[in-house]
Amino acid sequence: MLEVRDIHKSYEGQPLLMGISFTLEPRQTICLLGPSGSGKSTLLRIIAGLETAERGQVLWQGRDLAGTPPHLRDFGLVFQDYALFPHMDVADNVSFGLKMKGWPDDDRTSRLAEVLELVNLSGFEHRDVTALSGGEQQRVALARALAPRPRLLMFDEPLGALDRALREELIGQLRLILHRTGIPSIYVTHDQEEAFGIAHRILLLHEGRIVRAGEPHHVWARPGSTWAAGFLGLGNILPATVLDTRARMKTRCGIFVVHCAHQHHVGDEINLLVRPKAVAQGTLFKGIVRDRVFEQDEFKITLSNGLYFYLAQAPHVGKGITIRVRMECLGRRSDSEAPGS
Amino acid sequence: MDPGLDGSGPALSLHNAVPFRTPQGNFEQPPPGRRGAAWRLQRLALWLLPLSFLAVFFFLPFFRILGYSFSLDTLTAPNLEPAVQSLFFTFYQAVLSTLLTLGIGLPAAILFAHYNFPGKSLLRALTAVPFMLPTVVVAAGFNALLGPRGWLNLIAMHSLGLSVPPITFVGTLGAILLAHVFYNTTIVIRIVGTALSNLDPKLQQAARSLGADPPRVWWNIVLPLLRPSLLAASLLVFLFDFTSFGVILLLGGPSFATLEVQIYIQALQLLNLPLASLLALLQLLCTIAFSILYTRTAGRTLVQTAPRSAEFNLRKSTTVREKAFVAVMIFVLCLLLILPMLSLPLRSVSRLDADRGQRGQIQTGFTTDYFTELFINRRDSVFYVPPIQAATNSLGYACATVLLSLSLGLPAASALTKPGRMERILDPILILPLGASAVTLGLGFIVTFGRWLSFPWMVPLAHTLVALPFVIRTLQPALASIPDRLRQAAASLGASPFRSWLAVDWPILRRATLSAGSFAFTISLGEFGATSLLSRPEYPTIPIAIYRFLSQPGGLNYGQAMAMATLLMALTAAGMLVIEKLRLPGVAEF
Repeated sequence: MLEVRDIHKSYEGQPLLMGISFTLEPRQTICLLGPSGSGKSTLLRIIAGLETAERGQVLWQGRDLAGTPPHLRDFGLVFQDYALFPHMDVADNVSFGLKMKGWPDDDRTSRLAEVLELVNLSGFEHRDVTALSGGEQQRVALARALAPRPRLLMFDEPLGALDRALREELIGQLRLILHRTGIPSIYVTHDQEEAFGIAHRILLLHEGRIVRAGEPHHVWARPGSTWAAGFLGLGNILPATVLDTRARMKTRCGIFVVHCAHQHHVGDEINLLVRPKAVAQGTLFKGIVRDRVFEQDEFKITLSNGLYFYLAQAPHVGKGITIRVRMECLGRRSDSEAPGS
Repeated sequence: MDPGLDGSGPALSLHNAVPFRTPQGNFEQPPPGRRGAAWRLQRLALWLLPLSFLAVFFFLPFFRILGYSFSLDTLTAPNLEPAVQSLFFTFYQAVLSTLLTLGIGLPAAILFAHYNFPGKSLLRALTAVPFMLPTVVVAAGFNALLGPRGWLNLIAMHSLGLSVPPITFVGTLGAILLAHVFYNTTIVIRIVGTALSNLDPKLQQAARSLGADPPRVWWNIVLPLLRPSLLAASLLVFLFDFTSFGVILLLGGPSFATLEVQIYIQALQLLNLPLASLLALLQLLCTIAFSILYTRTAGRTLVQTAPRSAEFNLRKSTTVREKAFVAVMIFVLCLLLILPMLSLPLRSVSRLDADRGQRGQIQTGFTTDYFTELFINRRDSVFYVPPIQAATNSLGYACATVLLSLSLGLPAASALTKPGRMERILDPILILPLGASAVTLGLGFIVTFGRWLSFPWMVPLAHTLVALPFVIRTLQPALASIPDRLRQAAASLGASPFRSWLAVDWPILRRATLSAGSFAFTISLGEFGATSLLSRPEYPTIPIAIYRFLSQPGGLNYGQAMAMATLLMALTAAGMLVIEKLRLPGVAEF
């Protein structure tokens, strides 16, 4: 449905987006995941038509949208700080888009009731938007974007300003609503839990490029790069050197055999990902406990070699342990990924 | 805000321009527990001087005016007719001026809030200058540009060989309106521009994504959100236009009588003090009503702001339409704001027409005659003393005003720093003189101190009355910004009370005092309204001298008016620079 082709954009002379391309299928939710400043919001505004790209195209069902101004694109937008119109009540906010499209009064009233019901805000019609809680404001913003039945919904860090518990509750509601309405959507966030909680597909954005794209569990299983593994917080990054052609890798914790799909030469500097959860079949690690912290229902222990793991039962500081974990190769180490980072 | 200075408010800086609004944040909670008798005595001592001054020089005259207005002899048909007429004209010209000011100010506010262009900060600073210029300087500036002996007319006469000036400007309603727009555009730029650049751009983006085209975004989102600031700006502009005096007298002429001008005419020329008092009362009531309205709306202007959106809203002009808009607005602002200020000093050193009725070839070109002539005492001149005497008088009055207003303002400001119940009542009373126009203050002096008017001290006393609210409002935030903890820290480190005052209070106080003093100085230099009623013929001030020169025939008189006005402009600019340099960081503009 939506196709983004080779978008380039720079900000104050610095390249911000360097050739972004992806497609969005019907009923699909895509999540653009990346650290702040990676250009996610800019990309969203380019798709919405609020900014223009220096190069590249945005197409809807094969038609270039370059000449279509934002108010004729029919793309709904939900902002992090909601951007509710402070001089209007809930009903006027939500029916604003309907008014702009010239819906008749009766249809507007029934549609208003419908979307407020959808976001669990029935009866809030005449409330002052500035008097609502953060979560309620967020739901009004969602209702406002949903009301005119947009052909695409875009979310710009929509839950960023809310606390964790509320975020988890709202992301669940949002997933249900998107599923029920079937509107294709693009969701921008820097929070991986939000991303994994809502997206059918994740696009990992780094330094202006999409460095990894795929379904959440695939991205989780194969981050594909040291940066991605670090950003997603998948585990320990352990620098290593390729010892021989039989996949033996030398690290500061010893020599390990790690098979991978890369073509390595002897002496290559690579990074290994050491997952922190214990598994039945895996590489054996030994070490002395330097620190232990209780987190939720597990202990996070740090060994004297600097690696951390999660264990249900943890020995005391100073004791030695052995643990089996999964280990995988993240590929060649670049200069920016100095050992230990 | 300042309806008190002559008319459109000369010699006051935007930064402190609204002494009606107390900086609430600076009020500290009074310490718990009962205050001792010694504390109360100390408070009373602080208040004694400023309050007695106000009682004698403001409230007493004020009640005299009230007494005149409410006598039955005053309320007669021949009195009521000019009263109603001038009231009507005052409203009429103020409404027109306000609409025109909005017409220029709103696009200018958009220009400054949304677009980046080279020289922006310079142009922005320039827009604020007119607001602080004395009315006589502005009148002289427009005269130098568009008057019968101004640049445009003389150039047109020379090049087209005409015998009469083709442009009639002085003495028209257009002149009044243009000068008001010149004065007050900056108010709209500041108030509406600030609101506009604080407006969250996401609101407009959200509206766009919901199907609103740009005009509908303006109509449905931007305008409603700007309404409080638009209203506040309009009210303030209206208030200044309503109380305008110097501009109307100097550029409009006697056929355009606003309340202010009518008070002046009735009091000085027709000696009808009862009618003048009635008009003054009318004026005062209107001013107070609009001030209250303004204070209420101004409190609501800063609601819908988003953090960090100011720079977010800025962009370079990209489309042809945007580029054209930016270019046209820059051109219009330069034309409106810079040309009058530029033509004045240029005219003061250019001989373009005959000095007095000479025939034949006139030497045109650069001349310093108008300045040197100021030092010569001519028998046939408007004065019995060398005109430069006016500058000496003005400087003397200004110094007296500085001393007086500081010695009254410092105790009042320090009492206001830690307000008790007494201060909360007294604070608005101190600001009350601003509600009265300068002409009304002058009139009050006339009806109260008629006998002593020959005493030259009356002028600095009136100037002090005008300057005092500004002085207090400059000193008070500075005094309040000194935290008690610093004094306590100094004391705990072993400093004696005097040493800790020297180390903590003095450095802050010094700046504020200098700044407040410069305020009083510039206000006194440019004050025209009260002075025009109070000054004795043998003790003219610079503005009075300019007014007299301008109302005399002949190129030499005109040139001297230009020279004198240039002098005043330079002095005012110097005062403004001092104030700007000493401005406390973070003190709000309006």
